[in-house]
Amino acid sequence: MNKNIIYRLDWMLILIYLILVSFGIVNVYSATFSETLEGVFDVSQAVGKQVFFLIFSLFIGMIILAINSKFFEQFATLGYFLSLLLLFGLFVFGKTVSGATSWYNIGGISLQPSELAKVTTALVIASLLSKFQSDLKTPRTLFKIGAYVLLPFLLIVLQPDPGSALVFGAFFFPLFREGLNYTYLIIFLSVLALFFITLSFHFGMVIGIIIMLIFLLYFIFKNLNPRVKIWPFLIFLIISIGFSFSVDYIFDNVFQQRHRDRINIVLGKEIDTQGVGYNINQSKIAIGSGGFKGKGFLEGTQTKGDFVPAQHTDYIFSTIGEEWGFIGSFFLIFLFCLLIFRIILQAEKQTNKFRRVYSYGTGGLIFTHFFINIGMSLGMIPTIGIPLPFISYGGSSILAFSIMVFIHLNFDANRLNDW
Amino acid sequence: MIRRFFLPAVTLLSAFIFVGRLISLQLLNSSYKLLSDENAVIENSIHPERGYIYDRNQKLLVSNQPVYDLMAIPENISAFDTLELSKILAVSKVELKDKIKSARTFSVKLPSFIVGKISKERNAIIQEKIWKYPGFFLQKSSVRNYPVSLASNLLGYVSEVNKNDMKKDDYYRLGELIGRQGIEEYYEHFLRGKKGKKFYQKDRFNRIIGSYEEGKYDVPVEGAQNLVLTIDKELQKYGEELLKNKMGGIVAIEPKTGEVLSLVSAPGYDPNMLVGRKRSKNFRKLAMDTLAKPLFDRGLQAQYAPGSPFKTLNALIALQEGVIDYETAYLCQKGHFYARGMFMECHCRLGTKNNLSSGIYRSCNTYFANIYRRIIDRAGENVEEGMNIWNNHLKSFGLGNYLGYDLPVGKKGFIPDADYYNYWYKKGGWKSATVVSNAIGQGELLTTPIQMANFTAAIANRGYFIQPHFLKSVSNDSLSKVYEKKETSIDSIHFETVIDGMHQVVERGTAKVAKIKGIEVCGKTGTVENFMKINGVKTQLTDHSIFIAFAPKYDPKIAIAVYVENGYWGGRWAAPIASLMIEKYLNGSIKRKWLEDRMLNGSLLAEYEKPYSGEPFVINE
Repeated sequence: MNKNIIYRLDWMLILIYLILVSFGIVNVYSATFSETLEGVFDVSQAVGKQVFFLIFSLFIGMIILAINSKFFEQFATLGYFLSLLLLFGLFVFGKTVSGATSWYNIGGISLQPSELAKVTTALVIASLLSKFQSDLKTPRTLFKIGAYVLLPFLLIVLQPDPGSALVFGAFFFPLFREGLNYTYLIIFLSVLALFFITLSFHFGMVIGIIIMLIFLLYFIFKNLNPRVKIWPFLIFLIISIGFSFSVDYIFDNVFQQRHRDRINIVLGKEIDTQGVGYNINQSKIAIGSGGFKGKGFLEGTQTKGDFVPAQHTDYIFSTIGEEWGFIGSFFLIFLFCLLIFRIILQAEKQTNKFRRVYSYGTGGLIFTHFFINIGMSLGMIPTIGIPLPFISYGGSSILAFSIMVFIHLNFDANRLNDW
Repeated sequence: MIRRFFLPAVTLLSAFIFVGRLISLQLLNSSYKLLSDENAVIENSIHPERGYIYDRNQKLLVSNQPVYDLMAIPENISAFDTLELSKILAVSKVELKDKIKSARTFSVKLPSFIVGKISKERNAIIQEKIWKYPGFFLQKSSVRNYPVSLASNLLGYVSEVNKNDMKKDDYYRLGELIGRQGIEEYYEHFLRGKKGKKFYQKDRFNRIIGSYEEGKYDVPVEGAQNLVLTIDKELQKYGEELLKNKMGGIVAIEPKTGEVLSLVSAPGYDPNMLVGRKRSKNFRKLAMDTLAKPLFDRGLQAQYAPGSPFKTLNALIALQEGVIDYETAYLCQKGHFYARGMFMECHCRLGTKNNLSSGIYRSCNTYFANIYRRIIDRAGENVEEGMNIWNNHLKSFGLGNYLGYDLPVGKKGFIPDADYYNYWYKKGGWKSATVVSNAIGQGELLTTPIQMANFTAAIANRGYFIQPHFLKSVSNDSLSKVYEKKETSIDSIHFETVIDGMHQVVERGTAKVAKIKGIEVCGKTGTVENFMKINGVKTQLTDHSIFIAFAPKYDPKIAIAVYVENGYWGGRWAAPIASLMIEKYLNGSIKRKWLEDRMLNGSLLAEYEKPYSGEPFVINE
C-alpha cells in the first residue's frame, strides 16, 4: 500500500461520484417522502437505508483503495465463483419479492447478489483476457469468455430477473474494444434490430425487409471489394430469418404476457394508459410536467401522489424530471456522460490489459444501466426493471457500483506504480 | 480506432437522444403539465349552511336539519347480510345490490353514495347496527326543515340542480342544491351564500394526501344570509286554516309599506313533502294533481274577473274625470235597460235611488253602469279616448301588468283598451254600452288577488301604493332596496267618499258579517260569474265569492283581498274570512268564535266535485 495514493487519486471522478450519490439520496428522499419520515438517518425508511448503504459503500471503497491492485487480479476467479455460489444459493435461501427470487435477507437487510456478480464478472473477464495465451480471434477463448458471461446470465434469468441478466450484454463493449471480430458487432446490432423489426411488423414483411437489407449490404460490400462472395450473405439471410422466426416464437410462447405488453407499449402497438402502459405514461407525465425549471424539491405532484410506481427505484428519473425539470435532467445526463468518458479515457491510458479491460467493463456496465433506465423512464425502451446507478434506491446496487468505481479508482491511481 | 471510440460514441449518441426527448417532453409539450394537474389535484367544495328564513316578527319559518347519507367504500365491504341491511335501510335488496355494484364500478377506493337522506329515526337504528357492515358509514348532510307546515308556495323548496341549471350558471356542480319556486328561488343567492373551494393534492388512488400548494388557490366560503320576510307567521297560518277545504287565495298587505303580510293559496301542500327521499315522488304527485293544482299559487297566478270590488275604482275614476259628483244619483228598477232590449239586472229593490255612497254599499249595478258610460263617453262620440283614459287610470293602480314583487311567478291580468275593442268590434263598431260589463268588474277584465289587494292598499292610502314585496331584511343588512311611493292618477280628495261607501258596505251593506267591534272596516264584496268547459260545452259554475277590505278606516294597517272559488256570493265566504283575518291581525285573537268555526269547518269540496261528477248539477244553491 502506497500512502501517496491520496495524491494520485482522480479527485474529479470522486467528485462526480459524490455528486451523483448525493443527488440520488435527495431524490430518493423526495420520492419516498411522507409526513412520518423522521430524518434521513431513520433506517426503517428507504432513505435511511440508502444513507446507511452509502456510508457502508464509502467505507468499503476506502478499504479497496488501500488494497494492492495486484490482489484484484488474483482474487478475480475466486470472487467470480463465490458470486456464482451466491446466485446458486438463492434457489435455496433466497427471498422472493414480486415474483423474483433475487435477494438474501440478512437481519432485515436485503442483498441482491446479481449486482455483485456484475463486478466479479467484470474482474474475471479482465483476468481471462489478460492471460497471455488468450486471443479473442480464437474460438477457444471466445467460447471460454462466452461461458463465463453466460453462466451468471442464466442463473439470473432463472430467478427470474431478465432485466438484470440483460445487463450482462454490457460486456460486449470491453470485448469489442479488445479485438472482438466486427462480425459480432454486426450480429449484436442485427439481433437488436431484428428483434424490434420482427415485433414491429408482420412476419411476411419482416422477411421482405431482411432480404432487402441483406442484398443491399451485399452490393455495398461488392462495390468496396469485388472479391466478396455471396454465400456468407445467404447464410446470414437464413440465420436472420431463422432468428426472426424464433423471436416470434419466443415472444409468443416463452415471454409472459407482461413482457409482451411492455414491449408492445413501447412499439406503440398498444395504447393503454391505465393497465400496463400506466407506468410509462405516468413517468412521461411526471417528466413532461417538470418543464424547464422543474417543480422544485418535494414539490412534484406526481411524485408526492405516488403516481409513478417504483419511483424511488427504477423510475427515479421521473422524480428528477418532475422536480428538477429540464435543467436537472440535463445535468444528470451530462454527469453520466462525464463519468463514462472519464472512466474510458483512464482505461485507455492503462498499459496493463487486466486493468484496462476491467475499467472498460465498468464503463460499459454504467452505460448500459444509464441507457436502459433513462430510456425506459422516457418511454423509449420497454420496461426493464434495472436501477439507475448511484441514484436509484437499492443498497446492493449502490454498493456494487461503488465497489466497481473504487476498484477503477485504485487501478487508475496505481497506473504507473507497480507492474 | 473504431474500437476505441465505439463506447464513447454510443454514450454520446444516447445522451443526445435523451436530451432531444427531454426537450420534446419538457419544453415543447405543455399537455403533460395539465395531465399532471388533472392527475394530482382534487377540488373540494365547502358549502355554507343554507340561510334560515324568518317571519316579520323573527319567528322561524325555515331552518335546516341534519340528515344522514349512507356511504360505502367498496374495497372495505366484506360479505354481509344484504337482507338485514336492506330492511333497516327500507330499500329493496335488489336496489341495494345495484347501488353497491355501481359504486364498485365508480371506484373501489372512494366512498360512494348508497342511500341518501336517511331520517333521524332511521339513522338511530342504523347507527346501532352499522358496525356489522364494514365499509359502510354514515355521512351527515343537511336538508330543509319546516317547524310549521306553512306557506309552501311562498317559500318554495330546495332540490338538486339539473343539467339546465348547470348550463345557465356555471357556479353549480352536480349534486349541489338550488332553490326552486318562491323565496328559495328568488333569493337563492342570499340563501346559498358562496361555496368555498379547497384544493388538495391526491395520490394515485385519489386519496387526499395534503393541501395543494399550501392552499394558495383556495377560495374562502362566503356565509349564507338569513332572510326576514314581511310575512306574519300567525296571520299566514290562520289564513291557511281558514281556506282549508276551499280553493282560492288571500293576499294581505300593509298599505303604508307594501309589505305582504300573508299570501295564502289553497289548496296548498305540506312543505315537508318536498324534503328528503320522497321528494321527487311527492313532487310528481303534486304536479299531476290537475284538479286542486297545489303547485299553482292562486294568490299570484290566478286571474279572475275582479267583480264588484272593481266598482270602487270606477267611482274614483268618475270623480277624477269630473263626470259625477258625490250627489249624482240614479234610479234603479231592479236593474236597467242600457240599450234596446239589453237589461242589466241589479239586486236593488224597485225604485231605489242611489248616489255614490249608497251605490257602493248596495253594490248597485245600475249606478255603476251609468257612471262608467259617462267616463267612456266623456269625450262625446270619441269612445276610444274615454276608454284609454279609463285604462290609464287603472294602470296607475298597478293593474294589467306585473307588480314587480320579489317572487318568481306572477300574471299580468288584463285591462282592455280602445285598441282591444277596435280589434274585436272594428273601429267605430262599439259604444260605451257594448263594454258596459266593465262597469261592474265583469267582461274582459282580469286581475290576480295580489293586484286586488294592492289597489285596496292604494285606496287605503288615499292615492298611492308601494310595490308589494316579501323580503323585509337580510341578516347582514346588505339589502338596501328602498321602495318608492307609486302615486295613482286619482287625487287624494276623491278617496274619502269612496272609502265612506266601503265603510258602509260593512256597516249596513252587503258585508255586515265583516263588522268587527271596535274596528272600522272598509270593504267591498264581489260575486263573480265564472264558466268552465265541460265536454266542450261552456257551463256556468257557482260564482266566486270575493271580498276586498282594509282596516282601520283611518290609518289603515292592513289591506286584504280574498277569493274563494265557487263560494257563491261575496258575503258568504270571502267577507267573513277577510274580516277574521283583519281581527286576527289587529286584535291578535278572535272574539266571534261562531263565525270562526263556520269558516274553519266550512267545506266547498262538494261544490268542486260537481263539474267532474258527469251529471247535470245546480249552481248557486
